[in-house]
Amino acid sequence: MLSGLFLIGEREHMLSDLFFFIGEHGQPMQTTMLLTVIAVLTVVGYFLGRGRAVAIAGGRLSTLHSVPPYHGFFVALWAGVPALLLLAVWVSCEGPVIMSLVLAQLPAALIPTDHQALTLLQTDILNLAAGVSNGREPDPAVADAAGLYNTLHMVAESCLLALGSALAVAGLTLARRQIRGDLRARNRVEAALNVLLILCSLVAILTTVGIVLSLLFQAIQFFTMVPLTDFLFGLHWNPQTAFSGDVKGSFGAVPIFTGTLLITVIAMVVAVPIGLMSAVYMSEYAAPTVRSVAKPVLEILAGIPTVVYGFFAALTMIRDVGTALGLEVSSQSALAAGVVMGIMIIPFVSSLSDDVINAVPQALRDGSYGLGATRSETIREIVLPAALPGIVGAVMLAISRAIGETMIVAMAAGLAANLTANPLAAVTTVTVQIAATIRGDQEFNSPKTLSVFGLGLVLFIVTLILNVIALRVVQKYREKYD
Amino acid sequence: MTDLAQETVLRRSVYKSEAFEAQLRRRYRAERRFQLAGIASIAFAAVMLVVLLTTIVLNGYTAFWQSRFDVEVFFDPEAITPSGSREPAVLSAGDYPALVREALLAELPEATGRDGRRAVMEMVSSAAAYRLRDMVLAHPELIGTRLKVSLLASDNTDQFVKGHIPRAVSEDKRKVSDRQVEWIDRLTARGVLASHFSLDVLTQSNSRQPEQAGMWGAVIGSVMTMLVTLGMAVPIGVAAAVYLEEFAPKNRWTDIIEVNINNLAAVPSIVFGLLGLSMFLDFFGMPRSSALVGGVVLALMTLPTIIIASRAALKAVPPSIREAALGIGASPLQVVIHHVLPLAAPGVLTGTILGLARALGETAPLLLIGMVAFIVDVPGSLSDPSTVLPVQIFMWADSPERGWIERTSAAIMLLLAFLIVMNAVAVYLRKRFERRW
Repeated sequence: MLSGLFLIGEREHMLSDLFFFIGEHGQPMQTTMLLTVIAVLTVVGYFLGRGRAVAIAGGRLSTLHSVPPYHGFFVALWAGVPALLLLAVWVSCEGPVIMSLVLAQLPAALIPTDHQALTLLQTDILNLAAGVSNGREPDPAVADAAGLYNTLHMVAESCLLALGSALAVAGLTLARRQIRGDLRARNRVEAALNVLLILCSLVAILTTVGIVLSLLFQAIQFFTMVPLTDFLFGLHWNPQTAFSGDVKGSFGAVPIFTGTLLITVIAMVVAVPIGLMSAVYMSEYAAPTVRSVAKPVLEILAGIPTVVYGFFAALTMIRDVGTALGLEVSSQSALAAGVVMGIMIIPFVSSLSDDVINAVPQALRDGSYGLGATRSETIREIVLPAALPGIVGAVMLAISRAIGETMIVAMAAGLAANLTANPLAAVTTVTVQIAATIRGDQEFNSPKTLSVFGLGLVLFIVTLILNVIALRVVQKYREKYD
Repeated sequence: MTDLAQETVLRRSVYKSEAFEAQLRRRYRAERRFQLAGIASIAFAAVMLVVLLTTIVLNGYTAFWQSRFDVEVFFDPEAITPSGSREPAVLSAGDYPALVREALLAELPEATGRDGRRAVMEMVSSAAAYRLRDMVLAHPELIGTRLKVSLLASDNTDQFVKGHIPRAVSEDKRKVSDRQVEWIDRLTARGVLASHFSLDVLTQSNSRQPEQAGMWGAVIGSVMTMLVTLGMAVPIGVAAAVYLEEFAPKNRWTDIIEVNINNLAAVPSIVFGLLGLSMFLDFFGMPRSSALVGGVVLALMTLPTIIIASRAALKAVPPSIREAALGIGASPLQVVIHHVLPLAAPGVLTGTILGLARALGETAPLLLIGMVAFIVDVPGSLSDPSTVLPVQIFMWADSPERGWIERTSAAIMLLLAFLIVMNAVAVYLRKRFERRW
């Protein structure tokens, strides 16, 4: 188990450097020191810059283009940002550079040609360098390499400390020298902040890119082992029996897709009518007092974590209700999971439909009442048809939510990939397969692990399509009545 | 004129006809049915909420009581340290289960033979022997003395005392044998075995034995994960919202960012787990099972929620505030930082708390990055292996012993308490600071 933690290769090391100051990784004190130095210099820079601006103004602040604090921020930025950039670049390059230097020192006979053995060798060196023994007596050459690695590492860390501190001091002094009465310090600082704001808003994009890339990259690897058609149309899902030689016929995802579909349909049968009727009642009939009670109830229902619903499904729905009804319920069943998931989604459907129904103009209702229609007739014949696009959008979002739900199904519907339409049988879903296969300590080379990314890709694409269409429909609908 | 009068009469006669009245009754019945359906829907949701909460509380409150044997233990020097040495290494290797056994056999003299002794030992938790060991290690002068000690009962005994293991079931289907039932009854009557109020379920760390398991480690793990999420999602989310709402030009790029954020909000949470697995664990090599990675993954997951809520809050600040500030010479950034953001802060805060509440209850992505490992130690730093409350609930719920049901329910009660507090704070903030312009 412990050795598994160190089996990750050189990248483990370079990033652990970035994070060691939070944990107890031990050796590289220098990075912490550099961060402290930068922090101190930034604060010092602020006060120096501000003081200098005040001195230059000589009591008449109106001669300055910007107020003194902006000069302070200006100097502080110059002291901090370049040094931090250096630190980031250094930390991300250091590991590979040192490793290539170390490998160059090893006798050529020791260096394996294929990629996997090379990774293993690098891991060995890193473990030795970190002082973690794997129980075997190390090859003296490898032990030397580990020693060299440690030396180079120490040298590099010291260089980083010296260079980083120098850069921070240089930035500080140069910026301070620039301070004059007509320095547009505020504009400079604001430009820097603007860049920061833009970077922050790009994080969301980067997340999406990261999701797409990580799914695609691993999924493509999987599809080189298992043909896409086998995966999408095969009827047997049995990754336990799949060893690297024999992967054909073990990765047919149809039972998983049908299981997901079955549970989603059950959930929708519960959630859509009840959610919709709740929304209709709340927006068209309920007195304000009823509304003020019913709305929080639904909100609480929406705020309960899914793992709690899962426990409830497994405990009450299956153990108690199942036996009370004398049903031949297997210990895990699609029905229990689906119904409880439906309960979970009721508030989702109802709050979205509530918005949609409230957006229908009152004039349509008044017209209908004027013709003598009752309230329910108005709702059924006028309001709901007018709100239909929005409701369809809401239902699609709910479906996407149901497809992506993991915990309820994992706890109540099980892992057995049965190709069945019987709601009392155990079925499995895409999300559960993902969660059950991966526990964070996998190697990315077995088809079983990689299959998860195939499933994840399908899940992502399907929910994305549903979301895009639903959001567009809802938006179009809003525009229509705005 | 007469035509019109005649028509009115005619029409009135239509309104008074049998068929019309029947139709009207039908329509009114339909109206009532429709309304009843609405009431029934809401009632169903409310009943389900009540059933869910009562199930959890009824199953969970007993976890705060634990059965203990109050017996006199003889700290037998022969069993603890046959050599007479007082070295801690020797003391910790002593035969403490023997002390437990002798203490209980003194109360139950008829339990003889190997079977009898085993049946007795099944009734106490393995924690009892550890308790005695820790006592001896802390106070070696106890050796050779007699002391009344409260020994933790085993899960099955505890569950039987609480009535979760029914008495009526035949012996072969019951985890507690008839003989043990008789002993339990006798010891209970004599006051040796009793349930005591105990907060161990909160303050202990995890264990494989239900009667010893507590959730302190998971609570700390949750707190650390939430701190990472808070520290990352809030600054980035608010900055992104400020840029998109106040500065971004309306062009194709900002449209893409907007659509992207809306879609990201609806991506299944488990996909974020896959991202964390292949990006942060495999590619960046960050420490697995750690609160750090968990926090980062949850931060990316809550980011869209926070951005959307913050944008709504910023949008609610009237333009007149901005124009006034611009009019007296503030730069656009000063307008936002000095005026718009402070006015939008309550809304931003409310959105943030609600986003965090969702992150606090999230389980699926954390399973994928290995926070599901069995961890006894309370995590000491962000890179230590740790787990969080919802994952702990998932793991406990998965275990078969009866005692886990009450532990799981108790953990759920704690989680829900956290969530209720967070939501209450959010509601309070909204009520207290909400401004209508």
